[in-house]
Amino acid sequence: MHIPDGFLNIATVATTYAVSAGGVGNAVRIANKKLGEKQVPLMGVLAAFIFAAQMLNFPIAGGTSGHLIGAALAAILLGPWAAVLIMSCVLIAQSLIFQDGGLLALGANIFNMGIIASFSGYYIYRLVTWLLGNDRRGKLAGGAIGAWGSVFLASIVCAIELAVSGASPIGVVLPAMAGFHALIGIGEGLITAAVLSLVLATRADLMQLQRI
Amino acid sequence: MKSKWWLIALVFCLVVAFFAPLASSSPDGLERVAEDVGFMELAQEAPFSLIADYVFPGLENEALATILAGIVGTLILFGIAYALAWLLVSRRRETV
Repeated sequence: MHIPDGFLNIATVATTYAVSAGGVGNAVRIANKKLGEKQVPLMGVLAAFIFAAQMLNFPIAGGTSGHLIGAALAAILLGPWAAVLIMSCVLIAQSLIFQDGGLLALGANIFNMGIIASFSGYYIYRLVTWLLGNDRRGKLAGGAIGAWGSVFLASIVCAIELAVSGASPIGVVLPAMAGFHALIGIGEGLITAAVLSLVLATRADLMQLQRI
Repeated sequence: MKSKWWLIALVFCLVVAFFAPLASSSPDGLERVAEDVGFMELAQEAPFSLIADYVFPGLENEALATILAGIVGTLILFGIAYALAWLLVSRRRETV
């Protein structure tokens, strides 16, 4: 879902840069207050994993592929503000070094895959674990559903940005983006639940850290 | 001591990067929509390129170039996020 340059108009570029800059600034402030020493290596590992996993495009229906975003996973393990920081590191490096995602579109990409995906994934996870119980089953279900929702909602916000920019009418681009990403989100949900299951089996204490 | 758990996790991430050449080369969801709906031609090339499209430049073997790009990126991201988190933790007392 990395938007290249050219798809967004100047007003959308400026707005998303401003909102994302504010969001990342707030994430830095909150992490500076609450981040603990135990979370430092987890920040590094999650950024590394999300980068590597994002390279693995999996096929979905109709000659289309998708890949993990990872924001929901990061938000479930570390909290949404820490996830915003991790996603920003990944997206900035992808744009500057790997030419994946435009430089002007970086604000929008951080907003969609950083801020929207992290917060939606986190709060859906919280809701599901509250409904089903915070045991292993509830956590895995919450991770899968939260991850699916994070991709779905990020794709809708992305479609709105494209429509506002005049790339395509909202009635065309929104159902198209939401439809493909409803499928891609299934992959996101499966990978997120698999990683959470691995963490629960090997280092369950990492699930007990304070969320940021 | 379990304190070096993250080294094992980092190795796991590097193993994941080794599978990058097996990734689907089909367009992703956004690219597919841009092609179907017809705004793909709006896309602009980046003004510069370092390891563009996750292919390390100057290598004949594309699978190898992809793996190398993946390993370099995975290590860079670990370093950046670890350093950022370490700075945020270690500078806490000074800023209060």
